[in-house]
Order: sequence, then structure tokens, then C-alpha cells
Amino acid sequence: MSTVSSSQHNNGHHHAHHFESAEAEYHASKFGTWTFLVTEILMFGGLFVGYILYHERYPQMFHAGSTFLDWRLGALNTVVLLFSSLTMALSIYYAQMNDKRKVLINLYITLACGFVFMIVKAFEYTSKFSHGLFPGKYFNPHEPHAIQLHQQFPDLAQYFSFYFTMTGLHGSHVLVGMGLIGWLIYRAHKGEFHSGYYTPVECVGLFWHLVDLIWIYLFPLLYLVG
Amino acid sequence: MATAAHSGKNYLNEKSGLWSWLTSLDHKRIGIMYMISVMIFFAIGGTFAMLLRWELFGAGPTIMNAHQYNQTMTFHGAIMVFMVIIPGIPAFLGNFILPLHLGAKDVAFPRVNLMSWYCLMVGSAIAFWSLFYHGSDTGWTFYTPYSVTTQNGTIWLVFGAFIIGFSSILTGLNFIVTTHKLRAPGMSFWRMPLFVWALYSTALLQVLATPVLAITLLLLAMERLLGIGVFDPNLGGDPVLFQHFFWFYSHPAVYIMILPAMGVVSEIITAFSHKTIFGYKAIALSSVGIAAVSFFVWGHHMFVSGQSEIAGIIFSFITMLVGVPTAIKCFNWVATLYRGSVRFDSPLLFALGFLFLFTIGGVTGIILATVGIDVHFHDTYFVVAHFHYVMVGGTLMAIMGGIYYWFPKMFGKLVNEFWARLSFVFIFIGFNVTFFPQFVLGAMGMPRRYFDYLPEYEPLNRISSFGAWTIGVGFLIGLGVIIHGLLRGKPAGPNPWGAKTLEWTTASPPPHENFLVQPVVTAGPYEYR
Repeated sequence: MSTVSSSQHNNGHHHAHHFESAEAEYHASKFGTWTFLVTEILMFGGLFVGYILYHERYPQMFHAGSTFLDWRLGALNTVVLLFSSLTMALSIYYAQMNDKRKVLINLYITLACGFVFMIVKAFEYTSKFSHGLFPGKYFNPHEPHAIQLHQQFPDLAQYFSFYFTMTGLHGSHVLVGMGLIGWLIYRAHKGEFHSGYYTPVECVGLFWHLVDLIWIYLFPLLYLVG
Repeated sequence: MATAAHSGKNYLNEKSGLWSWLTSLDHKRIGIMYMISVMIFFAIGGTFAMLLRWELFGAGPTIMNAHQYNQTMTFHGAIMVFMVIIPGIPAFLGNFILPLHLGAKDVAFPRVNLMSWYCLMVGSAIAFWSLFYHGSDTGWTFYTPYSVTTQNGTIWLVFGAFIIGFSSILTGLNFIVTTHKLRAPGMSFWRMPLFVWALYSTALLQVLATPVLAITLLLLAMERLLGIGVFDPNLGGDPVLFQHFFWFYSHPAVYIMILPAMGVVSEIITAFSHKTIFGYKAIALSSVGIAAVSFFVWGHHMFVSGQSEIAGIIFSFITMLVGVPTAIKCFNWVATLYRGSVRFDSPLLFALGFLFLFTIGGVTGIILATVGIDVHFHDTYFVVAHFHYVMVGGTLMAIMGGIYYWFPKMFGKLVNEFWARLSFVFIFIGFNVTFFPQFVLGAMGMPRRYFDYLPEYEPLNRISSFGAWTIGVGFLIGLGVIIHGLLRGKPAGPNPWGAKTLEWTTASPPPHENFLVQPVVTAGPYEYR
């Protein structure tokens, strides 16, 4: 912290005026991103606490609810997201290696994985909706198995409330992540990322891994309980 | 601007025009934008307070009916909490002072800083729309089941609070990173001014607690839109869960409101005693201590909600623990004053007012933390008096003191000291006249949140209303002092108070990048004697 100059050059990247070096800016950005991730965890934490509480109160109802979900689709999405985390990490690695082509390939694959995840999710949602399995007061099942379970567990709608709220909030994060990756692709095409400057790739990567991690908890809680 | 930087340029006159302000990334300009917005919100929230006291001037309907009273109370509470006290010190004074205190050129993420101001503006606009157009009437706490069933626009107020929450999170995030990464060479953690310690502790709370409010409000919105049944017993939910979630945020939020105020008071007391602060490390660590304990006391809002007795007793004990770090601060402040070269200028008057009122507020807090006594006092005016002593007597006194203290730095001008002291006299006396009778009313059993009361409560309520209007006059004088200072104030010079922290080493008002030469820190923040 002893040398101070406000417009140093570091591999061609101009850092903001109030940082002493590009490296200081990189560390600050990463620290800020981690702090932001903490807020995300706490926000999802509220949902997880609610889930645990009601699961404790109505374990059989939650089990009955989970029978409507197809664990194979959930597992598929888990694999897709895990794979996308790998490609995301690789894109950072190749940015550090100054390999623009491979950065782009990996970012495109990551984005594609996001699409696959959302398409699978859309199929799952529409199949629930077509059977009247809506959240909350709109819950109106019309196939015999569901009607019977609903009679057995009058609060069955609550399971779907949790299912849709948790996966909905998670899905919106996937969409935001895809938007951010699209922005990275745009900047990568312009050749902005190299070994001296890859902060945005790394920060979006951190966010993407968190979104992935949350799904890794949602999958067993919603699909595999009981 | 006799003392501007060499070039005559400072952050105020470097660029001109409204657009240059609305797009400014300079933490000082953003701080001033917060100052203006918070003052406007305070004027609106304060007007509603005056109306409430007018209604309560006599038993029976005075100027409004019960429904309008509920709405007025919601307006007052929601505006004061979400738009005035929470952003008040961190986002306004903190934004302006934090980088100066650290010897930095700006906060770590200037664009995020500007965005957080826009979040406050957009969220407030939505909340105001909900309040005035739909007439929200849930109180600022949105308790279920009423908030789920009332027809009066709760959802927009909730949405507004949600967005304002982002403003708070982003400010906190920015301050944490700034404190870690942008300290001047030589400024170790133990050389940071105590205001920075207070802001840092506040930022931790903003970052860790506010997301829980976000998810709570999201669930509440879902409950209203889709009836998801998380808080509705008819659908298998539990309304008390809402209270747990809500207070898990809103109790730490109380410390978001008071911790930075304590930081301001630390600065003022040491500067105006002209003496090194007593117990620097104890005050610094007690800020962090209060922040840590604050996460484990939310249950004291719920002693009569039906939570288990053992939970009540545990929460009661932990709540009393908060008194320890708080008392450490108070004793250290008094010890700093002892044998100091005390100057009774307006900032110190407000700091002493803080000390007096906050101590009453704090001690009555210990009374309320006692489970058995709280069952009697719960939802009475005793509680109203208690939290106003802390929030108004604490935070608003500190904001006023902080404005008078840093006004010369912000605008390069001095305020009229006589009128500044007079505003203190009105606010301080008016405050005690307003809220001390409410302790008595609460002990007599007068419940809060009602627009009417039994005739025997009338005399004390009348006194209380007169007091409220006295406070109103005091703040109007304060506004006059600020406007007069801006227009006619005498040049301040870089360091009118002879204080030692870094912001006083640069010009008043400071240049765009704060310091013409990067300061290098070689000693603690308060090297008086």
C-alpha cells in the first residue's frame, strides 16, 4: 500500500480512479461479490427454515407431495447444472490463459446448460399445472390419485407452495445468471478478458456456482424426501 | 469558499446542473442527495406525527376517524423507519464521511452506491403510492393475518419496502468492502475512527439481516397473491412464523438505526472535549458486540405471542446482555468528557442530549426485557415511549448533532451557533415533554395503536401533544439554521472544531478526490493529549 498513483496501467486495463492498482480493484470486486453471495444465502435461508419447520410439522404430507415430482428430471437438471459449473470454471481458467476462443466456447456451453435447465423446469411446471397442481389457494387437483391424497392431507397445497416458491426463486436466479453470462459473452467477443483482467468472469462465476449449489440442496429436499 | 483547494475546485462546484448530480458517482454528492431526500421524508413523516398527536389531544374523535388514524399511524411508522432512520446516518452521513475518515478517494463501488440511492427513491415512490393512493393501514410491521386480509394496498407497501431493502444491502456491502480494501496507508483497523467501526458493524447487520426481510416480504406477497398458506392457519400455516421472520430482521434493524448514531456521538464527544477518547478499543469492540448479540434477541418482541416460556426466558436474558456493551459506551463517553477542555457548541449539546435520552431509553429497554413485566407493559404507551427515546432521542439527536458537526466540512460554511443551540433547546425539552408522560400513561395501562382513549388519560395526552409540537418547532428552527448556513454562513476553514480525524485535514468542502495528497496515517485517530 505504499506506492500510490491514480492512473496506473496493468496489461492494458484501466482501473477505477479510487483504487491504487488493478489488483486492488480485483480483490475488492471479489470481496464484494462474496458479500453479496452471503445475502443470497440468507435470503434463501428464510425459505429453507420455512421448509424445515413445516416438514417437521407435516412429514407425511411432504412425502405425499414429493410423489408428484419426477426425480429423474430433477437428477437430469442437477447433472446439467453441475456440468455448467465446470464449464464456467474453465472459462475463468482460459481467460487467465489468454485463450479467447476457449473462453467463448465454455461460456456458450454454460449458457446452453442454463437453457436446458429452464426448459426442463418449464416442462415440469406445465405438467403440474395441467393436473391442477397449483400453489396455495389455486390448488385444484383433478386426477384420482391427487384427489385422494388431497382428501387425506387437506394442507397438501402447502407442499406445492414451497415447491413453486423455492424453485421459482431459484429459477429467477438462473435467468439472471444467464443474462450475466450473455453479457460476459458479449464482452468476451470484444476481447476484453485476458490474464490481466478477468474480474467479471470470476464474479459471475461465483454467482453461478452459488445458484448451482442452491439447486443441489433443493433437489434432495423437494424430490427425494421421505 | 475561501478555503477551497488550490484550483478553487471542490466537489460542489466541479460540475453543475441537476443532471450532474443525478448521475454523480462521487460519494460526497450521493451523500448530499441522501441528505435532501431523507430530510424531505422526515418532514412528511413528522407531519403525520403532528397529526397523530393532534388526534390524541382529546378523548374521542378530534380530527379523524379510527380508520384514518390507522392509516396515519402506518404512514408515520413506515416512512420514519424505512425512509428516515435506517438510511439516515449510514447512507447520508456515512456516505459522506466514511471515505474521508479512511483517507480514501471514494467508496469501493461508486456505481453501486448511486444505484442504492435510486433503489431508495424507487422503493419510496412505490411505498408513497401505496400509502396515499391505497391508504395502507397495517402499521409498519405488516403483521399477519391482518396484512393478508386487509384490502388496503399492503402489497405495494411491501414491494416498496423490499426495494428499499436493496438500497440498505448495497450500502452495507459497499461499506464493508471499502473499510477492508480502501484504508489509507498506515491505517490499521485499530487506527480507524470510531464512526467507521460503528458503520462497519451497521453494515454487517444490513448485509446479514436485510435479506431475511426480503424473503419475508416475498412470502407475504405470495401469501396475498396466491394464498400459499405459509402464514395462514386455514391453509396449515402459522402467523407467528411471520413474526419470527419479521423480527429476525427488524430487531437487528433497530441496531442499524442506533449503532451509527453511537459512532457520531463518539466523534463529537472526543472532538469537543479536545481529549483522546477514553477506552477506544472498548467502544470499537462494543459496536461489534452489539451487532453480534442483536441477532439473538428478536424473541423479546414476542413474549405474548405464544412462544414457549423457556424461549421467552432465554430471549429475556440475551436482551439484557445488550445493556452491557451499550453501558460500556456510555461510561467511556462520560469518562472522555471528564477533565476534557469541553466546548459546549451545538454538536456537543446534541451528543449530550443523546447520552441523556438514550440512557433513559436503554434502561427502560431493560425493564421491558423482563418477561413478567413486559406482559403488563406489552402494547402499551410504555413501549411507545421506550422506543421513541431510543430512536428519536438517540438517532435523531445524533443526526442533528452530526449535521451541525460536519456541516462546515460539507459546505465550507459555519451555521449560526445561537440558533443551532436554540433548536437543541426546543427539541430536547419538547422531546421529554412528549414522551415522558407516555411512560406514565403506559404504566397506567393505556394501550398503543388506538385512536381513542379513556377520559382519565386525557391530561397527560394533552401535555404529550404540546411537547410534540415543541419538537416540531425545534426541527423547523434546525431547518432554518441549515438553510441560513447554506446561504449566509461564514467561511469555515478546513478545521473549525480543531478535530483530529482525517476529514479535517482536507479543504472544506473537499475536492473531488477528497485529498490532494494521499494521506499516510502514522498514529491513532484521536491524538489530542
